Amino acid sequence: MTATNEDEPLVRVRGVRVSFAGTRVLDDVDLDLTPGRTITIIGPNGAGKTTLARVILGLQRAHRGKVHRRKGMTVGYVPQRFTVDRTLPMTVARFLGVPKSYPRHTIGAALSEAGVGYTRDKPVQNLSGGEFQRVMLARALLRRPDLLVLDEPLQGVDLGGQLDLFALIRRLRAQHGFAVLMISHDLHLVMRGTDEVVCLNHHVCCRGQPESVSQHPEYRHLFGEAAARAAAVYAHAHDHAHTPGGAVVAGDDHAAPTASDSEAA
Amino acid sequence: MIWDAAFVWRAIMAGVGVALVAGPLGCFVVWRRMAYFGTALAHNAFLGIALGIVAGIDPMFGVAAAAVVVALLLVLLQRQNLLASDTLIGILAHGGMAVGLVVLSFLTGMRVDLLTYLFGDVLAVSWTDLLWIYGAGAATLAALAALWRWLLMVSVHPELAAAEGIPALLVRLAFMLMLAVLVAIAMKIVGILLITSLLIIPAAAVRRLADTPETMAVYAAGAGVLSVLGGMAGSMVWDIPSGPAIVVVAAGLFAGVQLAGGAHDWLTRHRTG
Repeated sequence: MTATNEDEPLVRVRGVRVSFAGTRVLDDVDLDLTPGRTITIIGPNGAGKTTLARVILGLQRAHRGKVHRRKGMTVGYVPQRFTVDRTLPMTVARFLGVPKSYPRHTIGAALSEAGVGYTRDKPVQNLSGGEFQRVMLARALLRRPDLLVLDEPLQGVDLGGQLDLFALIRRLRAQHGFAVLMISHDLHLVMRGTDEVVCLNHHVCCRGQPESVSQHPEYRHLFGEAAARAAAVYAHAHDHAHTPGGAVVAGDDHAAPTASDSEAA
Repeated sequence: MIWDAAFVWRAIMAGVGVALVAGPLGCFVVWRRMAYFGTALAHNAFLGIALGIVAGIDPMFGVAAAAVVVALLLVLLQRQNLLASDTLIGILAHGGMAVGLVVLSFLTGMRVDLLTYLFGDVLAVSWTDLLWIYGAGAATLAALAALWRWLLMVSVHPELAAAEGIPALLVRLAFMLMLAVLVAIAMKIVGILLITSLLIIPAAAVRRLADTPETMAVYAAGAGVLSVLGGMAGSMVWDIPSGPAIVVVAAGLFAGVQLAGGAHDWLTRHRTG
């Protein structure tokens, strides 16, 4: 092992600007991704969130500013929801074994870890939204990533599945210790389990702990009072348990945290 | 008997050689939705033929060169995001073809039989042609095999492939070059108008039968060879042009597999339900 400073960021973004056809999509953006931390980028549609992710992934050149990525870093990428063309015959196991092939049991273990071991021999086109995202997570896990980049991971996943998927991402992060960069267009679900929220609208509007961001004037301006209130309510709404079906187990009283907090398990 | 003639066997061997390459390449054309791009390359064969005649070389090389130029131009044009790919491909397809036809019309001194280029002239295949078909075909298949996994990943999701360290642009370019070679060697067999069908029909026909990308590629090659053999036989027996005959057999194979698959689905549904 080479002595790597754990405090050294995996990715350091400084003053990055990206322009398309004269429009500044990203302007003077700073960001540090450090091992074991989750950063969530929120912002309205067209705010440059995906562009920032592409800069971090090395898919988009920064027109100004610096992007420093730690040498030898492995990235696991879960792009925005996509479908594999139906004309391509491919099972889930095969999908995980391209381009690099892995032993069958390694693939099975990764799928099981993501909670979708049963999909191994299914055609990859036959998965539900939630299953597909978990398969993508398993695929990323196989690469033993230092950084996991998730672009709108909750798209196409039903509400109950969203909470489960979130819990899974947090559990995997705790187990594997990778950094997580998540992109979301709303703050609701990302409130917990995120170390830092960056509110992006071409430039960084505000950043900080999820609770403080939801009260930030810039955030309220960007998303409106209703969204800010909803986010605040949601923070409380997490304090009760859900059955796997998504039904609320304990709780008319949102203010009272219950002992059976499934999110904390 | 006609089957004793050497040109007949040359024709069959040429057709089989082209089909073996077109099958696996065609799978990627289908997976990557590049059918229209294949047509654009084929249309530009006119430009290539003109180029070949002007330069005094075999039209096959002119066609390959024109196809390469079109492929590179497309990649270059796709760097702007104002116009969609199918628009750009359409401009290249018809622009190139029109330029080719204009140049050819200036070359009235030498009679250019456009019909043989349009529909193929498989019986005019020479030993040299055969050598080129198998040489270039083998090189193309070797390149395809070497790039297989990368190409597969780029077909699934180009950005994901690039994020995982695959040189997606180079892989794409390499695939376009392979298609350019195929267009050049397939022109004599099925003709400019029908090259795309040799790419997409065998691949589409066997989709139902395959459960991995690799089996689909192998089956597509097999379906292509069957089409060539059937088409050639029909062409000899009924004295019909070989290119259309091959494509008719391929389309028949496609229809047959679809019907059989549909019947199979219907039976299993009604047995269980």
